[in-house]
Formats: sequence, structure tokens, C-alpha cells
Amino acid sequence: MIKDFFLKYKTVKYSHNITPVKRVINMYLTKEEEKILNGENGEVIERLFRLLVRLGDIYGAEKMIPVGSVQVAGVSYKSIGDPGTEFLEDIASKGAKVKVLTYLNPAGMDLENWKKLGFPADFAKNQLRIMDAFRKMGIVVTSTCTPYLAGNLPRFREHIAWSESSAVSFSNSVIGARTNREGGPSALAAAICGITPNYGLHLWKNRQPTVKINVDTDLSFNSDFGALGWYVGKQVKNKIPYFTGIKDANTDQLKALGAAMAASGAVALYHVEGLTPEADLVENKGLEKISVGKKEIKETYNKLNTGKKPDIVIFGCPHASLREISTIADKLEGKHLKKPVWICTSRMIKEAAERMGYNEIIAKAGGSIVADTCMVVSPIEQMGYKTTGVNSGKAANYLPGFCKQEVCFANLDDLVEGQL
Amino acid sequence: MKGRTISPGKTEGTAIVSSDPIGFYGGIDIKTGIVIEKGHPLEGKKVTGKILVFPCGKGSTVGSYVIYGLSKNGVGPAGIINKETETIVATGVILAGIPCIDQIDIDKIKTGDKIILNADKGICKIKK
Repeated sequence: MIKDFFLKYKTVKYSHNITPVKRVINMYLTKEEEKILNGENGEVIERLFRLLVRLGDIYGAEKMIPVGSVQVAGVSYKSIGDPGTEFLEDIASKGAKVKVLTYLNPAGMDLENWKKLGFPADFAKNQLRIMDAFRKMGIVVTSTCTPYLAGNLPRFREHIAWSESSAVSFSNSVIGARTNREGGPSALAAAICGITPNYGLHLWKNRQPTVKINVDTDLSFNSDFGALGWYVGKQVKNKIPYFTGIKDANTDQLKALGAAMAASGAVALYHVEGLTPEADLVENKGLEKISVGKKEIKETYNKLNTGKKPDIVIFGCPHASLREISTIADKLEGKHLKKPVWICTSRMIKEAAERMGYNEIIAKAGGSIVADTCMVVSPIEQMGYKTTGVNSGKAANYLPGFCKQEVCFANLDDLVEGQL
Repeated sequence: MKGRTISPGKTEGTAIVSSDPIGFYGGIDIKTGIVIEKGHPLEGKKVTGKILVFPCGKGSTVGSYVIYGLSKNGVGPAGIINKETETIVATGVILAGIPCIDQIDIDKIKTGDKIILNADKGICKIKK
């Protein structure tokens, strides 16, 4: 009986810009979902639902499943430009609202402090249009790549539809929630429909490791984890790594590791023996093995260093935790910076840092806490910076292409020291 | 060659082949269609109007919007052929209406080959 359900074929005429031809739908849809498909919940929902159905059919999903929360990427005007902005405004103007808790990726600027930090006014105007569109849809205008530090925390095994690549990696790997790497529009579709097709990393059988990484060196700085992640991501592309030999790592370090692997490769899930929740549950025998030692880490540092002296040092890729901000505040207390230091974080963590007096210490030294945005999605090249210092493997990966920056990749201590 | 339909449509064009994965966000300029990722095998090349052939996507999930934007700006590829299309590229090509297929042995395609792509049927042919 159930099998018959799944084999039920439907022929539906596609419209709008999704597909102009007749296609067969293979996945099982509930009565409610069929109503959406027939346009009974409005044109926008139908259009976004069709995107989910197409993805489900391509990747062999048998059905849709409810999602607990969503995180939408494609927020910065710099990333999505006019075409993306118009796409979002169109959806918002037709009254579509999200069904579940939905957070946003970083915007292209600090949404409150942009003038003072020197963000261009015409850029700001377009960025605020985008934020308005999201607000109209009922999305929490949070703008962070670390939603799990800012009030959107899924539980173990919860199905979610997140899209920012480092947040996907963190939620899958460190929390054990289940999400595919959603594209910006497919995450938005999941938010508005409250569901996602059940395929890929939503299924336990697809969460098994496919390559073993033995780490044969001590990792101390967060940038060491970034370098390891960048190296491994390049090697394994979209595989699922199982790490051995990492003795200890806090969530900041795992955040750095996952972010770098998702940037240099397309790693959406990794396991670390003894540290991450699914590591003891998966099968790790008979896998291809890669060894990473001191030499590979050192080579990666060299490779990521394309610049000599930074014009600006930016921390917080992914967004800095309170612990990271406190570390930087300690180093800057009573010091005077000759060149700018930015720390990117979420509005929520900035608020907590404010209460602890960290922001004041950092401001007194001449640094800035920048909320809602990050170096990769903000127009720093238009702000006169040519060389950026970072301790993030992810940032080092993106800055040369997207912000036309030379990069100094180093640990936090050396970077701060260099700006004094 | 027969593969799987990701986004339907029919098109013809010259192949531009990358042996490395492509991350559209930060990898291809949305206004010009030129590959900007440093050290990428296609760095400096324009994908506009071409049949873009690469193994799989990588990097940022904002890539979907970049594919959509390339198309809206009139500088997108005419078609895409992958070894394995992941969600980011799939979402982008579906929204943009770019014909796309995957599960193709892309090693058989060389840059400069004339390609006939029928994504409705999930097939592509090298024109001799």
C-alpha cells in the first residue's frame, strides 16, 4: 500500500519561471501539499513549493518533512545584486510569510552603525530594501552566520533547512541536527512552506563518513583549525570526513574547522572521534585515509598568505563568539592600535559584549565591533582596503576573489601584535 | 551521453570545461560572467553563452543567487553539464531556467567542443 503511494505519478503543468513544460512528479505529496501545488494557497507559495518538489524529485526524496527552523543565505546586496533584491521584493509584496523560526545570513553592512564605519550610502539604501523585504515575510532580521549562538538552536536529530555553509556544517556536525546545504532560494522556500524534501543528509544512511582524516599534529590556535579545514576541504571536496587525532577542540575551533572545509570544498558534515555526537554511531571502517601533519598545516599557512602587511585586520569569520571577543579585549586592554581592527559578530553577542565592557575596551584601543555583517559580504574593497589580515581559513579562501584583497593569514596573537 | 535532468530546456553552444569544482559566489563575477577565483583553471575566462562543464559545485550557498543573477544580467552560461549537481547549483539553474544535466562523464568533453544539450531528455551530444 505504502509503496503504491510512493509510486503514484502525477502530471502537472508547471508555470512561472520554474519549468515551462509538463513534468511528472515522483514524490508522494499529502492532500495539503497537492492543494499548494494547485495554487490554492496563492501564487508565491505555489512557485516556491514547486522548487522544493523539483529538488525532491531530482534527489530522490520520497516525501516532504516538516522543518524546525530555517536560516536563509543571500542577504547581502553585494552577493545577490539587483536581480536577487527584486526576486525577494516580489515575494514579500505578494504577502508570503514564513511558517517557522527563520534567521538570516549576514548583511552587507552593520545595519545600525553603517554610516560611522564608512559604508557607502547607495549600498546602504539597497541593503535596507532587502532587509525590509525579509521583515515583511516575518523573518527575524538577525543577520548572522552563527544562528546557534544567537537564539536559533536546533536539537540533536531535528530536521532543519539552513543555508549558510558554515552554519550548515556546525548544525550537522557539532549539534547533530539534519540539514542539506540549501541554496538561498531553496531555504526561503522551506521557510515559507514549513517543509523540505527528505533526501541527502536528512537520512541517516547518508550521514556515514566517506573518508578518514588522521591529524598527526597539535592544533593550538583557532587559525590552526582553519588551516586544517582549508587543507582537508581542498582534498575531500564534498565527502564526509571522519577525523581522528584531534585531542580537544572547543566550539569556536570546530566552527573554524567546519567553515574552512565548507569554503575550500563543499563539506556539509564531518565527525570528530570523541568530540562530535554522531562520531560513535557511524561506521568508520574501510575508508580511504588521508594524513595531515605539521608539514601540511605549515604549507597551508604559506599558501593562504598572499599579502605582506595588513591595512586592516578582521576577526569573526564565522561571527565571533563572546569567548573570542573577550580574548581580543584582553589583548587590547590599555593598548593603542595604529591600524584598524574589526571584530564581526551578531547583534546579540555584541549586546552581551557591551554589557561586559569588552566593546569599550576595544573601542578605546581604536578597534570596532561590527555587527550584522562580515568582511566577505561587505564591500571592503570599495572602502580603500587592499590587504586584510585574518585568522579564518574561510575568509582567507574568499577575500582574494570576492573582495580583491591580498590576505595575511595568521593566528590571533600575531595579527593583533602587528596592528599595535 | 545520457544523464539526469536537473533543469529542462534545449540549447547548443561551445563547451568551457573546468576540471575543478566551481563556487559561483566569489568565483564568477555576477555582472560580467568572468571567472574571478584566484588560481582557478578558468580564471579570467568568460562563461557567457557557453556550455559550462564542471564536476560539481563548491563553497558558498549564495551561489544559487549568483547563477540566477548571471542569467538576469544576460551574462549567464547557455547550459550546464555536471558530474554531480548539488542543491546550490540545482536551485540556481531551476530559478534561472538554465538547461542543466548531471551524471555525465565530463572527462569526455573538451573546451571548444560544440555541444548539443537536450536537458528535457537529460542528454548531451558532442557535434563532430
